[in-house]
Amino acid sequence: MTEMTLNNEILDMFDVMGSVEEGMQQFLTFELHSEHYGVEILRVQEIKGWDHVTPIPNTPPHVCGVLNLRGAIVPIVDLRLFFDMPFQPYTKTTVVVVLRVEDVTPRTVGIVVDAVSDAHNVHPDDIRETPDFGAVVSTAFISGITRIDDNMVMLLDVDTLLSSEQIG
Amino acid sequence: MANILAVDDSASMRQMVAFTLKGAGHVVTDAEDGKHALDIARGRAFDLVLTDVNMPVMDGLSLTRELRKLANYRFIPILVLTTEAGPEKKQEGRAAGATGWLVKPFNPEQLLATVKKVLG
Amino acid sequence: MSIDVSQFHQVFFEESFEGLDAMEMGLLGMQEGSPDMEIVNTIFRAAHSIKGGAGTFGFAQVSEFTHGLETLLDQMRNGQRDVSSEAVNLLLQAVDVLREMLTAVQQSEDVDCWRVNEVSTQIEALLGSDSDLPAAEAPSEATASGWLIDFKPHPHLLQTGNDPIRLFNELRELGQLTVTLNSAGLPAFSDLDPEESYLSWQLALEGDVSLAQINEIFEWVEGDCDLTISPLASADTAEVIDEPVAVEDMPSPQAEIISEPAQAANTVKSTAAESKKAVKNDAALASIRVSTDKVDSLINLVGELVITQSMLSQLGENFDPSRLAQLIDGLEQLERNTRELQEGIMRIRMLPISFAFNRFPRLVHDLSGKMGKQVELQLSGEQTELDKTVMEKIGDPLVHLVRNSLDHGLETPEKRLAAGKPESGLLQLNAYHQGGNIVIEISDDGAGLNEDKILQKAIEKGLVPAGEQLSADKIHELIFMPGFSTADVVSDVSGRGVGMDVVRKNINSLGGSVEVVSERGVGSTFTIRLPLTLAIMDGQTIQVGDQKYIIPLISIIESVEIKPGTVKNVTGKGEVYTLRDEYVPLIRLREVFNLDVGSDTLDEGLLVVVEFEDRKVGLFVDELLAQQQVVIKSLETNYRKVTGIAGATILGDGTVALILDIAGLQAMYRDPALAKPLRTIQAA
Repeated sequence: MTEMTLNNEILDMFDVMGSVEEGMQQFLTFELHSEHYGVEILRVQEIKGWDHVTPIPNTPPHVCGVLNLRGAIVPIVDLRLFFDMPFQPYTKTTVVVVLRVEDVTPRTVGIVVDAVSDAHNVHPDDIRETPDFGAVVSTAFISGITRIDDNMVMLLDVDTLLSSEQIG
Repeated sequence: MANILAVDDSASMRQMVAFTLKGAGHVVTDAEDGKHALDIARGRAFDLVLTDVNMPVMDGLSLTRELRKLANYRFIPILVLTTEAGPEKKQEGRAAGATGWLVKPFNPEQLLATVKKVLG
Repeated sequence: MSIDVSQFHQVFFEESFEGLDAMEMGLLGMQEGSPDMEIVNTIFRAAHSIKGGAGTFGFAQVSEFTHGLETLLDQMRNGQRDVSSEAVNLLLQAVDVLREMLTAVQQSEDVDCWRVNEVSTQIEALLGSDSDLPAAEAPSEATASGWLIDFKPHPHLLQTGNDPIRLFNELRELGQLTVTLNSAGLPAFSDLDPEESYLSWQLALEGDVSLAQINEIFEWVEGDCDLTISPLASADTAEVIDEPVAVEDMPSPQAEIISEPAQAANTVKSTAAESKKAVKNDAALASIRVSTDKVDSLINLVGELVITQSMLSQLGENFDPSRLAQLIDGLEQLERNTRELQEGIMRIRMLPISFAFNRFPRLVHDLSGKMGKQVELQLSGEQTELDKTVMEKIGDPLVHLVRNSLDHGLETPEKRLAAGKPESGLLQLNAYHQGGNIVIEISDDGAGLNEDKILQKAIEKGLVPAGEQLSADKIHELIFMPGFSTADVVSDVSGRGVGMDVVRKNINSLGGSVEVVSERGVGSTFTIRLPLTLAIMDGQTIQVGDQKYIIPLISIIESVEIKPGTVKNVTGKGEVYTLRDEYVPLIRLREVFNLDVGSDTLDEGLLVVVEFEDRKVGLFVDELLAQQQVVIKSLETNYRKVTGIAGATILGDGTVALILDIAGLQAMYRDPALAKPLRTIQAA
């Protein structure tokens, strides 16, 4: 699935597709409560600004609701609430990253993050296993950690993180 | 190039016959039973009629008899496509006014050869 | 020119499977002894078409197998053979075998030869010694250095569409032809009928030509002419065939025919192998057959849409307010076009319910035989149309209900006679449209539900407290409860571990309902109601706080303004609204949905009374908004099922509105635990 078209303004800005290097993995990094996280870029379907969502009754607080994404009904998860971080009101600069989740059938789920940082090439050798450092975020959701520009970046395992059981 | 009316209740046979004859440059009109064919034949002129025998609503032999009653079709070749090759079946076909027959199963080449024979 | 016949295979398979269905239907409808000739003819025709097509398209094995079947049917058709139940059962088996063979061929898999042989041996045994074996080789071909042909057409020869000139041309292709005309039979011009033939010819054909070749040319006019063929007297010919060979003694044309299927089979074998892959792919494609009428009407609608679109874009290019009226007209036209197009497209997905009903005659025939019951199956309303998806999903519940009626409903002939009923039980399947729904009824004239037994069982299972007094209707409802099964013995007919609760659940998941009406000793009727389509629904938009929801219009009974004093608090049951002489439980959406918005005061609100499976509830809403058709989207595609929500739709402004699930809301009302927000699951 390398032919994914990311005709999205923010991604265009990063010009990530042009900088693929042999053996490198690409991650989209974003900030959440002053921490840095990354998701595999091939899982990113699009990045969009916060928009009105329709709340779904009787669902956990981190499920903001559903959004119309070109005719598809897509659930939006507030990653801050999901990770038990303090809630931050949504503003015009709040960003939603729409991800493809491999489940029994592939699903599309959006996550609300504080801000998208950049796209990075990471060599697999530079990804280390997750030490059990007692962070807020369970290590089960983290596939590894790496260091980018002096920041520790936690690489998220999208499929585990956004599985139906986890979203609830 | 001839104007041909092809009648068969089986869609696959109709398609095969039409495809084969069109490939040879003929103009083909198809019908799915005798009644349907008769309705079409009344309004148009054909150089040749190819008809299946066993069909719902109106069978091929009744169609042949009805066509022979029409002024336009008294001398037009009518070929019967039949799986039954027994002498009495042939006699039945002749009695109904059929010109001749083509025994099923036939392949496209056999169909073309027979049509060529009739149209000269 | 070589034509690849494999391109017609898919059509051949489709029509053959349809043909087999028709044969099965016909066979099941056959009365022993005095069959309806029209049915026998239909069955014969179907077999005949399959045989012809299979031969033509190179499936020799299929065509060979069908041959015996066809012969048997032909004998029935001609009254040479009685329609015995033995023959019918054998024919049914043959239909199964053919279906298996065609499926195997279609999937490019191996045919189960053992089963094919078994059934074809039985057919041959039934046909007995008179099964016409292929005629022996054609008599040795007589050849001579030339032939003398006396050919006198009968007067009507031209009226068979044959033409002596064509025959002469064909003869000319075989050798040197000399034609001598005998015009002695020609009448005076005044007596001449131009449509008759009066002439006769003597033809001399020289060359290395066999008698069979000549006979073949005259084959079509045999009987329409006097024909004598004799060898040309020649010095070279040592052995002269002394007698002219009369046409009647001609070698049987069968000889030439017999070699043909084999030949066809050989030529097509290679084509079949080449197209193996293609056929396999085609078979996997789910397709829908649409009548050309429906497609034509869609094309017309699209045409209209294009016209409207160009009119509107023209209007938009140089718009000024004076043309507002035109714009409004144009938009209305656009709305109409869109609606009609939508309806047209929905119609494409509609299929007659006969697709679902067709399997029942066979099912009933086989099962009733197994259970030693006599059952007459009556189908009606088979042409009633419903959406293809609904059709696919309703199949299993229908089978279950039919099996149930056969197993538990209808009695054995002895019991029926003892009860003063006709020996043969009646099972009816009926379908009709009612509003936006399709109604399917499965009724039998059997024993009816045994209320005592059901109640006892329910008490045993702890579904009902002991000593509880219930009305008959309430007892009937118990059979739909999870974990309920009345069969004393789990039979292989209906006891497959699937209960009526699953049937109801499946039907409910389609937005439908199922009910039973039953009377002891008289019979039972199960009524299924289903929406015609799952894709589009008429909805009523409502507002609660800042949220908009859609209520399916079909479930709305009425909407009332709440007047003071009409809502009472009933201990343990919450609030009820007095609707005429009925108490309707009141559901506050903002409570069951845990919204922190919306009105609290009943006097300011409206009550939408909705009904599901005869249970009414009143939904307390802030406001009624527009009624509109909505396209139903599933929440489950990307998220999950949510209690009380049937799905979502996209409103005109692009936002999402949730569609309420009345059955789910009622369940939430009865069991408030369902309405509690789920706890966030966090890995430790």
